[in-house]
Amino acid sequence: MRLTCPLCGPRDRREFYYYGSDDYLNRPAEGDGPQAWDAYLHLRDNPAGITHDLWYHDMGCSSWLRVTRNTVTHEIHAVDAVAAPAKGGAK
Amino acid sequence: MRLGGKGQIDRSKPVRFSFDGRIYSGFKGDTLASALLANGIRLVGRSFKYHRPRGVLTAGSEEPNAMVEILESQHQQTPNTRATVQELFDGLRARSQNRFPSLAFDVMGVNDYVSPFLSAGFYYKTFMWPRPFWEKLYEPVIRRAAGLGSLSRKHDEGHYEKAWAFCDLLVIGAGPTGLAAALTAARAGADVILADEDFRMGGRLLADGGEVGGKPAADWVEGVLAELSALPNVRLMPRTSVTGAYDDGTFGALERVSLHRSPAPHLPRECFWRIVAGQTVLAAGALERPLAFPDNDRPGIMMAGAVRAYLNRFGVAAGKRVTLVANNDSARATARQLMAAGVKVAAILDTRPDASAVEECPVYLDATILSTTGRKGLTSITVSHSGGTSRIETDCLAMSGGWNPTVHLTCHLNGRPVWREDIAAFVPAPKAVPRLTPAGACNGTFSTAACLAEGAGAARAALAALGKTAPDIDLPQAEDAPYAITPFWQTPDVSGRQWLDFANDVTTKDVKLSAQENFASVEHMKRYTTQGMAPDQGKNSNVGALAVLADATGRGIPQTGTTTFRPPYTPVSIAAMGAGGRGAGFAPQRYMTSDQASRDRGAPMIEAGLWYRPGYFPKPGETTWRESCDREVMMVRASVGVADVSTLGKIDIQGKDAARFLDLVYTNTFSTLPTGRVRYGLMLREDGHVLDDGTTARLGENHYLMTTTTAAAGLVMRHLDFVHQAFCADWDVRFISVTETWAQFAIAGPKARELLATLGDMPDLPFMGVAPVTLGGVAARLFRISFSGEQGYELAVPTRYGEALFRDLLARAETMGGGPYGMEALNVLRIEKGFITHAEIHGRTTAFDIGLEKMVSAKKDCIGKAAAARPGMVGAEREQLVGLKPVTDAALSAGAHLFTPGEQVKRETDQGYVTSVGYSPVLKSWLGLGFLKNGRARIGERIRLVDHLRGIDLLCEVCDPVFHDKEGVKLRG
Amino acid sequence: MRYSGFKVIKEGLFGNKGWKPAWRDPAPKAEYDAIIIGGGGHGLSTAYYLARNHGLTNIAVLEKGYLGSGNIGRNTTIVRANYFLQGNSEFYSHSMKLWEGLESELNYNVMHSQRGLINLFHSDGQRDAFARRGNMMVNQGDDAILLDREGVREHLPYLDFEQTRFPIYGGLLHPRGGTARHDAVAWGYARGADRRGVDLIQNCEVTGIDIENGRVTGVQTTRGAIRAKKVGMVVAGRSSQVAAMAGMRLPIESHILQAFVTEGLKPVIDHVISFGMGHFYISQSDKGGLVFGGDLDFYASYASRGNLPMVEHVMEAGMTLMPMIGRAKVLRSWGGIMDMSPDGSPIIDKTHIDGLFVDCGWNYGGFKAVPASGWCMAHLMATGESHPVAARFKLNRFETGHILDEEGTGSQHNLH
Repeated sequence: MRLTCPLCGPRDRREFYYYGSDDYLNRPAEGDGPQAWDAYLHLRDNPAGITHDLWYHDMGCSSWLRVTRNTVTHEIHAVDAVAAPAKGGAK
Repeated sequence: MRLGGKGQIDRSKPVRFSFDGRIYSGFKGDTLASALLANGIRLVGRSFKYHRPRGVLTAGSEEPNAMVEILESQHQQTPNTRATVQELFDGLRARSQNRFPSLAFDVMGVNDYVSPFLSAGFYYKTFMWPRPFWEKLYEPVIRRAAGLGSLSRKHDEGHYEKAWAFCDLLVIGAGPTGLAAALTAARAGADVILADEDFRMGGRLLADGGEVGGKPAADWVEGVLAELSALPNVRLMPRTSVTGAYDDGTFGALERVSLHRSPAPHLPRECFWRIVAGQTVLAAGALERPLAFPDNDRPGIMMAGAVRAYLNRFGVAAGKRVTLVANNDSARATARQLMAAGVKVAAILDTRPDASAVEECPVYLDATILSTTGRKGLTSITVSHSGGTSRIETDCLAMSGGWNPTVHLTCHLNGRPVWREDIAAFVPAPKAVPRLTPAGACNGTFSTAACLAEGAGAARAALAALGKTAPDIDLPQAEDAPYAITPFWQTPDVSGRQWLDFANDVTTKDVKLSAQENFASVEHMKRYTTQGMAPDQGKNSNVGALAVLADATGRGIPQTGTTTFRPPYTPVSIAAMGAGGRGAGFAPQRYMTSDQASRDRGAPMIEAGLWYRPGYFPKPGETTWRESCDREVMMVRASVGVADVSTLGKIDIQGKDAARFLDLVYTNTFSTLPTGRVRYGLMLREDGHVLDDGTTARLGENHYLMTTTTAAAGLVMRHLDFVHQAFCADWDVRFISVTETWAQFAIAGPKARELLATLGDMPDLPFMGVAPVTLGGVAARLFRISFSGEQGYELAVPTRYGEALFRDLLARAETMGGGPYGMEALNVLRIEKGFITHAEIHGRTTAFDIGLEKMVSAKKDCIGKAAAARPGMVGAEREQLVGLKPVTDAALSAGAHLFTPGEQVKRETDQGYVTSVGYSPVLKSWLGLGFLKNGRARIGERIRLVDHLRGIDLLCEVCDPVFHDKEGVKLRG
Repeated sequence: MRYSGFKVIKEGLFGNKGWKPAWRDPAPKAEYDAIIIGGGGHGLSTAYYLARNHGLTNIAVLEKGYLGSGNIGRNTTIVRANYFLQGNSEFYSHSMKLWEGLESELNYNVMHSQRGLINLFHSDGQRDAFARRGNMMVNQGDDAILLDREGVREHLPYLDFEQTRFPIYGGLLHPRGGTARHDAVAWGYARGADRRGVDLIQNCEVTGIDIENGRVTGVQTTRGAIRAKKVGMVVAGRSSQVAAMAGMRLPIESHILQAFVTEGLKPVIDHVISFGMGHFYISQSDKGGLVFGGDLDFYASYASRGNLPMVEHVMEAGMTLMPMIGRAKVLRSWGGIMDMSPDGSPIIDKTHIDGLFVDCGWNYGGFKAVPASGWCMAHLMATGESHPVAARFKLNRFETGHILDEEGTGSQHNLH
């Protein structure tokens, strides 16, 4: 399995750490109720098909990546950095 | 029997080898199997279940019978080696396996005579009474009888390697299809890898004889290989079996680097390759199927293609009087070539009533074999045919039930092969593996001419997909005969056992019984009968078996389907895929700068994650670790100790939003921390449990230095990256691990400041202060922090000065009655102070459990705050951190459980457990930390500590976890 | 038909013509008292115990493929009761007791072999953690023995005690731990359930769950609609898809766990060995293959197959621990679909829909749980109440924070 890191190019799966569904990106606000947190932390669509999940280029550029892929075929459709590209260059 | 003038063996290089202790000779270019056949050896093995005598069946890696142990010096041996793959070399020692006491006389052969009672799945129905007999009697007997070869029980001392390879086009298989594909791509300039499992490339072109391009096929192969090997963009990988297809063009492949020669210290035995290919042409060929008839497993009964291979490639006649039996045309060539070579062909048996009867030998049509004789080697067969029944004296029966395309790799990504009625075989499903094109025989295309064309076409298409054009190559003239087959799956209406799976001893009766008992799906049949689960993974038998099942259940073959093909294609040694793992190679080793200095002082180094840290520093006269540890603890409490704490994770954090960021990841507040000060921080996982703790220093307005525990350093770094990139990527904060940039030493004890003073001008830091300092011109950092509870400092210098500083600090400490202290003392010191480590924050504890819930700031959000507030995460039912002190003078043990005195000791009454213990020479008592239900409310009570495993049962007093200097006077002093 | 050695001989003498089907192939009825979705180990044992313990025989097991086609036929066959958290300990202890009587209970030889499980440890800290575990096992009434390095050497002399990366400090021996023949467990329960009247319906995929006014009323299948007032979802790696038919999202992610078997070898390994530092465990089957595995591939997947990084890691772990297996050749690898729960512990509970029950979240440890899971799921479906030994396997425990995290790696997905 290979992922194309937007910064580093195509790399073997062993360079990456996996962290599950991109649900983790949608952190509830402080004060949201227990159900919101339960949904955020635990409940998952867990699709058999296209999914969006999070990978960390641990042995590369340390980017967190959002990967669009198929959980049945393992086909990779897209790899994007989680952090939006810096706007207007360096501050 | 060796024939003159044939084959690609090197007759100028005779080779001596032994089999079961007897010396034989063959030639370079032989396999063990061809050499044994040349020496007239037909009995080479015993079957798995009935211990039936068995001979060589095939000429390839699919061999189910001829498996041997290869012996080397120093108790090294390789079991289950296919004699058909093992190349002959001088001094090769092979031994037959799965027999006792000898191959010719095997006592377990008795199984064959009681086979009616050993039908498929019989063991599920018996051996149940009396119950203890299963483990004491039945199972040990079964285990000893089962198994094939044996391991030496000694460490494998062989050398193995792993490697990566990348290419535009991977061609798997170097028969006509693969050669044409490789040539096409190579001439187009593509980066090509051509891998073939055989030691000589050419595939069936070498085995079949015949002509290509008007010259002997083997000569044409030689010409193509010469061209390919001269090209810089081509890598030829013979002896390399591509064993598995994985995602995104990645393949596993095993190269037998030196198994064809006597062991050489400079060569690995095998190399496991990870090949990453832009495109792949699968040209894996096809495997011939046996036919099912009574006692079709006798030594001397072989595949027709194998007989042809031994004849053409090795110059060996597999028998003196050969008979052929086939349901297709392809076997006829075998007979003709044998006769041309002067080998007597007794008859051709064609199962088809309408096939041609015109050959140079007797041909029987509509033939079915009724029986065979010859226990240790075939002597005769009885056959019914359109003209009646005949008995034929013969010592070799070459059979062909047709060909199965080698679809395996196309199924590794869950592709299901498709049944093709016209060739009575499964072919690959289209696009079963992305970017892989099957071509040639593995795709159901059997004539040489068609294979050449299909291989070239597949390569052109593959290159086109990579955006490269490959010009046509001139394809040579070659055999282009149609393939005609009439399926023949089993012999009807005969008694006697007809073998399907030779290696696992599965017969047509077993498959029928499985259907009779409603193990009717192909997977049930496989699992119930063990069909296809032997070392050949059903390569010889699966299609035949499912045809028999289809017949028994009344379903068609396509409806019955196949079992799942899974990697590896051919078995791969654990050592090859695990190359590099032996000994210390399994995981990185991390050493502190003080490592050598500690070893110089005799300190035993112990593993702390990937790091090595000194346990203690023994002094002359000390005989136990406890003596050294006690002394080191007293030394720190009384004078000064020095310890290397560089393994702690260090993360440098900078930016205008650094403070805000720390407030988010820590439960407590760091934005209020003044520059030049250090604060203890607690970090939660988002699930509300404690992730890590440590101190963070503010080095400047927008500059912090975070410390993590040794164990969690990587985890915390990843966590910070996630929180930053996922939740606040627009904040102005950047961080980097500086763990290996700084060497850091703890200087602890009442004389710590005095020691520091000898180093030069040092700032007078308040407790939890930090300042830059200069040591001999080197920029360093001084922290006033303590993990021992004493007046304590940590001094950090760039890593390259670490060892020098450590040695220097020790020398200074020793003049003051101090010295180094190790992990054991460090542990006692922190237990005396009630400081926690990952023994306490073991992933299930909350801030509440360790009494730090007040550190979760109410004024701000932080990671984990919401989850930590769930009802199950707080409350009296949870186990809380307490100190434990034995009531009498006795040792405590970590891992013991706690019970209320007077109550029964059982799971239901369990009150908690002990996490850390140590002997405090200061308090002259064992001390423990542990978790106790509602523990904080029970301080002062007595609790019973029970450790069944170590035989400890005693009473403790529940204490505050801080045993030493609770007010922190020494710390701040 | 009762199986016995006598019967095997008798049938053998008469050409094995008299063996009857192990189970029937009934057509689905229009209505059952209860339906179990999933004909794997857990589903079949649930059906068996519903019939045996609760007298419910008008029930059906619906299986989309063949019986035992899930993880029951694709695992490393380890049976153990070595948990240390309240909630897990009593459950697996109960399962072990059921295992110990399973052959006579089912009249089927599942080849349960209590050859002993040794968990190795490699530091003082790990020793203490295993001591905590072992003491809990004894408190629960099970067995555990703490071995030092020499003790391990007596049992496993072939380990690399000299050069291995993480020196062996000792091991926790669980004498009653062992293995069983995985397929036989499914077949034994299937045959037992069938004999008690349960309809086992293969090639019958559930395509919908019928719910009216918050109550389950039946299921839609590829073989027609079937009514039932009680429906149990026991589908392991497919739990999320089936629950979605009832509009539910489960705390489950499906992951791949690979395992491996070598060619047959004469006996060399008598125990089950677990090497936690290397995520490696191994035993030798009665047929002679070394059966071993490691950690998850670590990405959500339904592919039943894995990739090389974990394959190689497992082999490397084997080589550092016991280099004597180097020349054993891996014959086959496979991947199971693991229903990973956030805390690594299972769920056996009611749902918010009346009559709809769920049994899932077995992570990579479902095989040993098969008897107790069925026992407790049957109890729940029959009585509406959780069985006492499965009382903590609540569906809502993540919302309430009553976490059962044996590994301590975190009660979030993908930390296990």
